[in-house]
Amino acid sequence: MSNLFDLLVAGLATGAIYALVAVGFTLLWQTSQTINFAQGEFVMLPAFLMLAAMHVGAPFWLAIILGILLSMILLGLAFKMLLVDPMMRHGVLPLAIATMALAIGIKEAVKQFFSAEASPFPSIVPTGDISVLGHAVSLQSIGVLVVAILAVFGLTTLLNRTSLGHQMQAAAQNPTVARIIGVPVERMILLTFLINAFLVALASLLITPIYLAKFSSGEVLGQAAFIAAIVGGFNQVRGAIAGGLLIGVLDNLAAAYVSTQYRAAVPMIFLIAVILFRPQGLLGRAEERTV
Amino acid sequence: MSGFAKPLKIALGLIVIAGLIVIPMNFNRYGLFILSQWAVMTIAAMGLNLTLGYAGQVSLAQGAFVGIGAYAAAIMTTHGWPLAAAIVVAMALAFAVGWVLGYPALRVQHHYLAFVTLAFSTLAFLVFRNESWLTGGIYGISNIPRPHIFGIATNKPLPFYYVCLASLAIVSLAVWWLIRSPWGRAFMALRENPLRAQSLGIDTRRYTLMAFAIGSALGGVAGALYAPLTQYIDPVPFNLSLSLDLLMMVIVGGAGFYFGPFLGAMIAVLLPEWLRFTEGYYLMLYAIAVMGLLIWSPTGILGILDRYMAARRTKAASALRAVAKSRLETAQ
Repeated sequence: MSNLFDLLVAGLATGAIYALVAVGFTLLWQTSQTINFAQGEFVMLPAFLMLAAMHVGAPFWLAIILGILLSMILLGLAFKMLLVDPMMRHGVLPLAIATMALAIGIKEAVKQFFSAEASPFPSIVPTGDISVLGHAVSLQSIGVLVVAILAVFGLTTLLNRTSLGHQMQAAAQNPTVARIIGVPVERMILLTFLINAFLVALASLLITPIYLAKFSSGEVLGQAAFIAAIVGGFNQVRGAIAGGLLIGVLDNLAAAYVSTQYRAAVPMIFLIAVILFRPQGLLGRAEERTV
Repeated sequence: MSGFAKPLKIALGLIVIAGLIVIPMNFNRYGLFILSQWAVMTIAAMGLNLTLGYAGQVSLAQGAFVGIGAYAAAIMTTHGWPLAAAIVVAMALAFAVGWVLGYPALRVQHHYLAFVTLAFSTLAFLVFRNESWLTGGIYGISNIPRPHIFGIATNKPLPFYYVCLASLAIVSLAVWWLIRSPWGRAFMALRENPLRAQSLGIDTRRYTLMAFAIGSALGGVAGALYAPLTQYIDPVPFNLSLSLDLLMMVIVGGAGFYFGPFLGAMIAVLLPEWLRFTEGYYLMLYAIAVMGLLIWSPTGILGILDRYMAARRTKAASALRAVAKSRLETAQ
């Protein structure tokens, strides 16, 4: 049973990171119908921005702050103004394709300007194990879980408990009415892009020490977050969180109990089943958009 | 205007076809490979254009069907079957699998459908990689023979390029006929307004499945040509990014336009090659070019042309109206 416990903890830790990425993904979908195929690359890039900052001599804490700020400018502001804004009114598909091209662009830029090799990345959590209920659990897993839970908790508080959050929800659910009652819809949309950029930078900070910084590492991550978002419910933040955790655990269990060869198939089959039998997602509501 | 436009179009088409036959004669090996690849990818993109551009069903699995076709052809031809038989089998197999994959399309639409096909694409890749008794696993299948056509060996790059080009021509004619047939019109009705299509007595269930199956079958044909073209296949080229690339080709060229896939495949296959002189930057520039194009015209290259033609037509029409009006006034 100790094996199962370890798997669950590791799964929850990866799942928490998926959840962060998936939440950002659903936020963009809800406020601007952007299906961001570059979301995985969005997670990959901030780690390299931080590495670059450290390369020019910044200490780790400053590199983190610079990395998060830069990613909010590049992946939040610039992404919205240069790519999403001009294409938003032309429907979902062309924009989705443009984000695919963006994914290629980011990958190639990192490969060209940084490195094609995997680089190590310092961890914000000290390495080592502690004992929980008689099991050795790595501090890294716990640190990842704690930071991710705090981030998600902060976000849900923002969305559900503050006026700003209510305005964002209004902008997502019914932009026209929101505009009439005086919600600055444009600013709210921009805000969700900035939040997404913050979340991916955070996810980058948490996951890169585990899997190393590599230009191609966004592919797997983006797909996992994508599946998490759909499984949980494309139109619900709490759905994306549940989906992320579920996919993380499922993936780890599948690797141990199904086969390493087909571990990637388990979340996919699960995804197909969810779409066919409950297309709105496990926690989603049909044809409705809420933040 | 259309009076002289039609012969002009035919002449232009003939010049392009003649160019595609004559100019590559003194291309080197690599140039011919790239051009053959363009022909093969155009076939796959045409299939996707049927599914997506005409019938309006988003599929992220076309790459998997190219893979199914490629493996079918590779397995059969390395066991001594002729390529023609392999193409038929590849087509039938992709058709059958595409038909089954179409069933989710009856239940869910739009992005949900895209996600189902995306999952299918990944599953297909896993099967290619893991079922090594059939597919050779990560080592793939090598020494795939090229066919003899009417006793002529097509081992050299130029003859095989002509095989690809001829296949493209046949597929193009078939698709041309299909979209002008009642079926093609039914597909378009499905895209524009499924409810109205149904109320007009179109069996939307059957046509949705058909759109998927036929589009997938063309993916299978492309795959069956891809295998002898590269003469070696492994699972890597058929992963999700091929499906995404094909989707990009269709959208960039112009979804729902007959010539869209030709242009889209040209951009996706040839543009990176033309940009090779920029060395490490070529894929980056390619990505920027695609984004720039889509920002400029979300309906793709042919969307630009279409808008230009529409503007000219309205201009011409309003000029005619103005003339007619002044005539009316002078007559009074």
